[in-house]
Amino acid sequence: MNRRSFLTTTAATAVVAAAGLPARAADPLKVGFIYVGPVGDMGWSYQHDQGRQAIDKEYGDKVVTSFIESVPEGPDAERALTQLALEGNTLIFATSFGYMDAVMNVAAKFPNVKFEHATGYKRADNVSTYDARFYEGRAIQGTIAGRMTKTNKIGYIGSFPIPEVVQGINAAYIHAKKVNPDVEMKVVWAYTWFDPAKEADAAAALIAEGCDFVLQHTDSTAPQAKAQEAGNVYTFGQASDMPAFAPKPRVSSTIDHWDPYYIARVGAMLDGTWASQATWGGIGTGMVGIGEITSEVPEEVKAEALALKDKIASGEYHPFTGPLNKQDGSVWLAEGATPEDGDLAGMAFYVEGITAELPK
Amino acid sequence: MIVLIKRPTPSRFWAYTTPLLAVLATMIAGGLLFAALGKNPVEAIKVIFWDPLFGANAAYFRSQLLVKAAPLILIAAGLAVGFRAGIWNIGAEGQYIIGALCGASVALAAYPAESAWLFPAMVVAGLLGGFLWGMIPAALRVVFGTSEILVSLMLVYVAQNLLAYAAFGPLKNPQGYGFPGSRNLQQYPSAHNPELIAGTGAHWGVVAALIAVIGAYVLMHRHIAGFRIRVAGEAPRAARFAGVVPARLVVTCLGLSGALAGLAGLFEVSGPNGQITDSFNAGYGFTAIIVAFLGRLHPLGILLAGLLMALTYIGGDMAQLMLGLPAAAIQVFQGMLLFFLLGFDLLTNYRIRMTGAHA
Repeated sequence: MNRRSFLTTTAATAVVAAAGLPARAADPLKVGFIYVGPVGDMGWSYQHDQGRQAIDKEYGDKVVTSFIESVPEGPDAERALTQLALEGNTLIFATSFGYMDAVMNVAAKFPNVKFEHATGYKRADNVSTYDARFYEGRAIQGTIAGRMTKTNKIGYIGSFPIPEVVQGINAAYIHAKKVNPDVEMKVVWAYTWFDPAKEADAAAALIAEGCDFVLQHTDSTAPQAKAQEAGNVYTFGQASDMPAFAPKPRVSSTIDHWDPYYIARVGAMLDGTWASQATWGGIGTGMVGIGEITSEVPEEVKAEALALKDKIASGEYHPFTGPLNKQDGSVWLAEGATPEDGDLAGMAFYVEGITAELPK
Repeated sequence: MIVLIKRPTPSRFWAYTTPLLAVLATMIAGGLLFAALGKNPVEAIKVIFWDPLFGANAAYFRSQLLVKAAPLILIAAGLAVGFRAGIWNIGAEGQYIIGALCGASVALAAYPAESAWLFPAMVVAGLLGGFLWGMIPAALRVVFGTSEILVSLMLVYVAQNLLAYAAFGPLKNPQGYGFPGSRNLQQYPSAHNPELIAGTGAHWGVVAALIAVIGAYVLMHRHIAGFRIRVAGEAPRAARFAGVVPARLVVTCLGLSGALAGLAGLFEVSGPNGQITDSFNAGYGFTAIIVAFLGRLHPLGILLAGLLMALTYIGGDMAQLMLGLPAAAIQVFQGMLLFFLLGFDLLTNYRIRMTGAHA
């Protein structure tokens, strides 16, 4: 009495046919994508689509890629994923956290199709996960902001209070504080990944509170435009480079650079070595890119930021290195200690010094 | 020049013909749009309207049609009753959210106990939740004379914030590694609203939608209450003389549409969606308004309109995938449908006469 039994029978033909595809040299490998936003968001979904296009460029006739954009999380995602599988795609990238249960459901029905789920934590034999250490980029942003701020107030537009975002706020704060002990962090939650109007409101609120740096964990360029309007307010490009706002307000950016990962995973499909795995890449592996630091940033600050980037890339320095206390004053990391990836992945607390309250 | 002459009574012929005309005009204008985007318009229309029903893998897509249409029909059937009476519940989206929240809360409170009573209790909770959320604009209108349009719409945003609060707070899955979202009810047998017949997509929400359509038909066309509702909408003064109490009507219409929207939310969260997340509501409550009007506020029309709307969603995804049409083009296409429908409505109420320029 479940959908699984139906699908394994009716879809079996499609799956069997599709699974046979890569074996025959003449038939291209079909790779599908679902995006949570439009490819033109110039942020999150745009960067994933850049990765898709990189696959096309790298493998040419050997692959056919297709995508469905603006897919809401929930049953629509489940249908879109099923659709991609029924169309004969044997490698499917689901590029939003909220697709997690839909991916698991569809993956169970199509054991011969491989799934790649961005930012999730559930895996199966045919489901891999991949994510980027965005907090590494935040450490660099925090350093620049801490050095340059005149009001000593740094604003942060949070999307949702989930571990990925909390890591970013903490990393930015820790590194701003390190270079400027007077710095204060203000956080506004927009409860959206992409909503130019809400993001603009959030940026305006932070600027009104006296923040002269606005960091964003949302994907539109609306906060950039607000900062530009306000004058002496600086920002960082989010997810994509957002070069249209350089050299000011955008003084640098964190770029999600999925291309190398996507090319590697398609390559693994083509030579038959694909296996389920969890990937968490950072600056070192090229998954997190740091956009050009513009002329608005003083030379010595730029040099400091780039040195930090190199130390993170080489693994010499972890952005979360003790001694660090939690917001309530309890010890999180002892002198010189760094967190386990597993602990970091579930981070649900602010570090000591942040006065804002983390929504529960 | 063109002169519009009001018909003494709306034309029955045009009332039934305009939805078909609107669909046809949408296909033509949409075809032009797709052609302008460099796609073969005939192919695009075929992919949207034909392939999900009769193309490859149609068995799967037909089942998804029911999954997608059921909440739309269930909500629209309730809304149409109010719209007939001139009571404008624009906040079904909020009632849908609250219904889902109440139903899921009952399930999550009982977790992990298994009981045959759990699902019925959830249904009652979902229905009550939507009903009570609909009672807020009803009460404010009856007592203070506020506009139910504004109040019900504003309550959608309140509901959305409650949803986010629940997903990040009290209903968050304690085994979810700190990530937002509740437990998945699909993995909780007593709370799961499964497919009743494997492969058909038909879950309890589909059954409820059919019952709602039949119920609304009986109410509106076979019962004195339906007559009163229609009179109240068409001739409010006459209705008052006929003994219709406006306050009672407001409460009935908002309560009914709220309850049905709440039910739709409950069936969705316990079935196809499975989870309370901050993005749980996918706009069904708003789309249902289009469905209600596309179906001429008639229960059977709503049944067909809901299926048609679902078809454009499923076919739209297919067109994106097979033809590379942008999602925005599909949304424009869906918008055209309502635009043409309302435009052609003119023919129902007005006669068009061509006269000489000097007349």
